[in-house]
Amino acid sequence: MIRYAIKRLLLAIPTLFVMLTAIFVLVRLVPGDAAAVILGDQASEASLRALRTTLGLDQPVYMQYLSFIGDVLTGDLGRSLSSGRSVGQEVLLVLPYTIELTLAAIVIGVALGLPLGIATAVRRNGWVDYAGRLISLVGLSFPAFVSGILLLIVFAIQLGWFPVLNSGSSGDPIERLRNLALPAFNLGIIMMAYVVRVTRSSMLGVLGEDYIRTARAKGVRPGRLVIRHALRNGLIPIITVVGLYFGTLIGNSVLTEIIFNRPGLGKLILGALNARDYTLLQGLMIIFAICVIAVNTLTDLAYGLVDPRVKYK
Amino acid sequence: MQQNQETALDIRGLRTEFKVGGRWYPAVRDLSLDVAENETLAIVGESGSGKSVTALSILRLLPQAGARIGAGEVLFEGRDLTKLSEREMSSVRGNSIAMIFQEPMTSLNPTMTVGEQIAEAITIHRGASQADAMAEALRLLKEVKIPSADSRLHDYPHQFSGGMRQRVMIAMALACRPKVLLADEPTTALDVTIQAQVLMQLDELKEAYGMSVVFITHNLGVVAQIADRVAVMYAGEVVELATVDALFANPAHPYTVALLRTMPRADRATESLEPIPGSVPPVTAMPEGCAYASRCPLKQPSCEDKRPELLPFDGPGHQVRCPVRLEQTRG
Repeated sequence: MIRYAIKRLLLAIPTLFVMLTAIFVLVRLVPGDAAAVILGDQASEASLRALRTTLGLDQPVYMQYLSFIGDVLTGDLGRSLSSGRSVGQEVLLVLPYTIELTLAAIVIGVALGLPLGIATAVRRNGWVDYAGRLISLVGLSFPAFVSGILLLIVFAIQLGWFPVLNSGSSGDPIERLRNLALPAFNLGIIMMAYVVRVTRSSMLGVLGEDYIRTARAKGVRPGRLVIRHALRNGLIPIITVVGLYFGTLIGNSVLTEIIFNRPGLGKLILGALNARDYTLLQGLMIIFAICVIAVNTLTDLAYGLVDPRVKYK
Repeated sequence: MQQNQETALDIRGLRTEFKVGGRWYPAVRDLSLDVAENETLAIVGESGSGKSVTALSILRLLPQAGARIGAGEVLFEGRDLTKLSEREMSSVRGNSIAMIFQEPMTSLNPTMTVGEQIAEAITIHRGASQADAMAEALRLLKEVKIPSADSRLHDYPHQFSGGMRQRVMIAMALACRPKVLLADEPTTALDVTIQAQVLMQLDELKEAYGMSVVFITHNLGVVAQIADRVAVMYAGEVVELATVDALFANPAHPYTVALLRTMPRADRATESLEPIPGSVPPVTAMPEGCAYASRCPLKQPSCEDKRPELLPFDGPGHQVRCPVRLEQTRG
């Protein structure tokens, strides 16, 4: 397992380089002069030239690339053009909120979706199955911004259980949880919908396998049969979907953070886009790329833990 | 041969049905068979003859949706297995009746070590601790002659060859010292030399454990090697029942005769093998009369009118479901 883990971690390095290169090229492909965009139409030639020198835009492309990679590797993501703070600082300020929201959404999605998915597969074509499929369809059909608004109307405005606007910076853990509940649930139900679907289909496949019949022939009772024999074999596609959904979660979290007025990476992106804050955007792209690569690597490691065959390939 | 012994398992009038397009059709019809203690009964037939369904019906392992036991009893230790609750049934499975399956490659759980899989039945039925069960699993692995069993106990199925996996399956089945072992084509997926080894081993273990074995196969060569008695199945019913010697020396049913002709034999010159023309009628379109009539060289017009019965043939315990052959021997 350790050798497998080291191999996976090493494989993440070239992926990271490809991503960094892609981001570098993408930013340079944006038409127009970055300095002119940043300073606007009224800027003087001298100030434009000065900014190009600060940004390194007067250097040849390969030099720009090398210094870009060097900066990233040393953890320097540049300074935000609008706030003047370093990108690292900007991100660290809001990252805990995004991590909190994402993890809470994943926990809600898996904690609700996995048992429901198993139940729909075991009780195939029974009422549990139809109910589970209906719930998952509803979760998939509602865009995050619609379900977010509905949640706000019902639970924050009508029932008043949760705050409408996030205070965000509150230190009180209870208050923090109350702030987290609705946005996390908003993202969690989408996650749950995916998990129910993939768990159902994966478990249906596994429950038809020969080794399940073998286990029944040994006298294994239904509960143990599902958990010990079927679930572990059905986990791989579920892990895949949870890992993949992590990326989508970031996209959905942009909308969720705006609706619930929560600080986070999503709102930071929107702000950077509106302010044409190139360096902040580039820095955020790098942070997201690193997050996605990290989650993918974790997914790979989870495969190795779940399925002994993976390690030996 | 074994009539003087106690009956271990007694199947009476079994009818197993499958749901096709909203209607129930029998895949096994009116099947009565018994297995004596320490006897090996082979059930022979081509694909779709209902032999595997028979074995799965005994342990009630058929898919819960779309299959049912429509009639009949399976008597074992004074109880009718078809009447037991699912819970009572799971305390029979793997305990007093065990089963091994055809596909050693897919019949073992890929995410559990072979040791865990063998030990599982022991912890379930004997209430043994995990450590004791693993010790017993190791003993069983040695008994089925897995080389360097100590180190292999913690290996996963994908680290074993097909023949070794089938031995693991056998070890799993033997874990609780069953009275009856149902072996559903356990050697079909193995190559011939491995097949011979596994068969020999099964036979030795049967003697050592004093088990009765129901051996399902389509391979008559295997039957000759391992069986005491043989039931030939066709289209869900037993068409001939005989001791292994009587079956090979004096096959009665035209289907048995045809099956024997499809088999290469070492004891006589075989010019060419004869396939049986046609195929088994589908369960949804069983003919009124004899199910074999459409393929039968001895067919009489009367064969298609009425379903023939299984009646005694010339030797002791020899029965056949063919009025034409019965007529021939009497007349």
